[in-house]
Amino acid sequence: MISRAIFENNVGGTIFLGILAILAVMVPVLHLAVPEDSFFHVSTSTVVVFGKYLSFALLALSLDLIWGYCGILSLGHGAFFALGGYAMGMYLKLQTSGGAPPDFMVFLNWKDLPWYWWGFDHLSFALLMVLFIPGILAFVFGYFAFRSRVTGVYLSIITQLLTYALWLSFFRNDMGFGGNNGLTDFSTIAGYSVQAPETRAALFSTTAIALMAGYLIAKAVVESKLGKVLVAIRDAESRTRFIGYRVEAYKTFVFTLAAMMAGVAGALYVPQVGIINPGEFHPANSIEMVIWVGAGGRGTLTGAALGAVLINYFKTIFTTGFLAPYWLFALGGIFILVTVFLPKGIVGTLASVDWRRWIPAKRAPADEAQLKPEPAE
Amino acid sequence: MDQVSGNKITRALLYLSGVSVSFEGFRAINNLSLTIDHGEMRAIIGPNGAGKTTMMDIITGKTRPDEGDVLYNDGNVDLTQLDETSIANLGIGRKFQKPTVFEQHTVEDNLLLSLKADRGVWPNLFWRTTEAHRERIDEILEITKLTAHRSRMAGALSHGQKQWLEIGMLLGQDPKLLLVDEPVAGMTDAETAQTADLLRDIAKDHSVVVVEHDMDFVRALDVKVTVLHEGSVLAEGRLDQVTSDERVIEVYLGR
Ligand SMILES: Nc1ncnc2c1ncn2[C@@H]1O[C@H](COP(=O)(O)OP(=O)(O)O)[C@@H](O)[C@H]1O
Ligand SMILES: [Mg+2]
Repeated sequence: MISRAIFENNVGGTIFLGILAILAVMVPVLHLAVPEDSFFHVSTSTVVVFGKYLSFALLALSLDLIWGYCGILSLGHGAFFALGGYAMGMYLKLQTSGGAPPDFMVFLNWKDLPWYWWGFDHLSFALLMVLFIPGILAFVFGYFAFRSRVTGVYLSIITQLLTYALWLSFFRNDMGFGGNNGLTDFSTIAGYSVQAPETRAALFSTTAIALMAGYLIAKAVVESKLGKVLVAIRDAESRTRFIGYRVEAYKTFVFTLAAMMAGVAGALYVPQVGIINPGEFHPANSIEMVIWVGAGGRGTLTGAALGAVLINYFKTIFTTGFLAPYWLFALGGIFILVTVFLPKGIVGTLASVDWRRWIPAKRAPADEAQLKPEPAE
Repeated sequence: MDQVSGNKITRALLYLSGVSVSFEGFRAINNLSLTIDHGEMRAIIGPNGAGKTTMMDIITGKTRPDEGDVLYNDGNVDLTQLDETSIANLGIGRKFQKPTVFEQHTVEDNLLLSLKADRGVWPNLFWRTTEAHRERIDEILEITKLTAHRSRMAGALSHGQKQWLEIGMLLGQDPKLLLVDEPVAGMTDAETAQTADLLRDIAKDHSVVVVEHDMDFVRALDVKVTVLHEGSVLAEGRLDQVTSDERVIEVYLGR
């Protein structure tokens, strides 16, 4: 049932899943099995950097779920990504220290692990927390914000304040999360060296598969009747209440789901880049994500993922050369160009083109004449 | 509230008593009292700014009155304590003065969203549209003459078609009480007559309150009329009765 909904009339989504499936298989093969001097070899840095892009793509997808489909413009979505990242970082840190208090706690003269670190030496527990910590925070925050009917720019501001507050808190050494330096110096994950080529390849594939799963979940949600209610809320919130839908419940649901997906993205990001620090909570990160989604195409899912990969690819090129100081100008420029010339984003614009006009007509001219004009979108 | 049986304040479906509401000192509704019986259809007329829409806002929970009682279902439910969602789920449906449909959804999906069903998050996530649902949607499309437009975006409909879609959504909801605000604004004479037929048909098994300016339309409905003026009831009765009332003539025509 769901598979039909996903693949039928969904060319973009099928291509998207196909590319990810190929990447998930081919990148490890080309990285591990092809000799380094071969043209086809994929280098370690490429695996790492594209793995990072795919985790950002999952993050963008989750933001599109709330912003594109339910009109919730969160400017604090990065908080959930960072929390997922910290949950994974705590696990990795305890692998390095063998379950004892990690280095930064030793410097603070802490003899025992604080209670909130308990259990994080188990991968399964840490993975649950990757889902639950962002999920619970989003649920509680969403419950109060949506019940009080905070919407529009006010909601954007308080979400920004949420991530700002976390940013400040995680800088503090006595919070027990490594302060300014965050969590780094990871050695193993599930018993394998995080530096090993095999591990890097596996993490890349896992991220690609997580992105596919995230897409399928998001697609199933937006194609369901609940998804139609979300769009109804986006376009006419008050009307939706008057036909009996409890708007705050729907918003809380999708906000929580998106936060959990962002948490997974963060958890995949951290072992690949080898560090998580308070900088991930910075309000600017959350704003940047909105630009990824807007550029790729709000309310398209695949566009959000594409926007994240493209903009971060440009960012890598930009910030590794002499143009580095100008990245923020470039980002602002992209934002303005997209807003002015592609208000629907890349994928949104592609989707609104009537491709049949470009495909040579197979039908007889008589049929053509009978075609009713398509209603405007 | 006191619910001693046999000692009820009212047996009516909807009971407003002494309701007042002010916006920044301006009394939009002023000591309004009104009763709608089970199964009744009522027309409400009155000049612009008389408070007709505000009255509907109060009944549906959009606006909270400063004072007065708003009771539903034999006086069993105090509507002033509930929000829009709860009131909608008690069976009070509303068509807005400015047609409001979900513009980015197809006509069909607009009806699907309105269909009487569990409004919870989980049932809608795992929702399956059954044959019965499809039949009901087809029926409503037929009644509202929108069958040919079922796959169009609601935003692409004409003004009159949006009005009909909104009435169709009310049909889908199947509420006990329908509040219909200016349903024929912007319609041709033929469409107006058809809308009157449709509402009379709906009134056979629903209670309906219709606000309208169009006197031909109100005449066609042929029901009891309430005249609202400056937030309270000026006159009540049959249309020819109220239109011959001196005070009503004064309000409508000016002195
Ligand atoms: N939310 C509001 N804030 C301020 N004034 C309002 C509000 N709603 C209605 N009013 C005023 O109350 C009066 C009654 O309005 P309304 O109920 O829309 O009249 P009607 O539907 O009978 O034309 C008008 O003068 C209107 O300007
Ligand atoms: Mg009005």
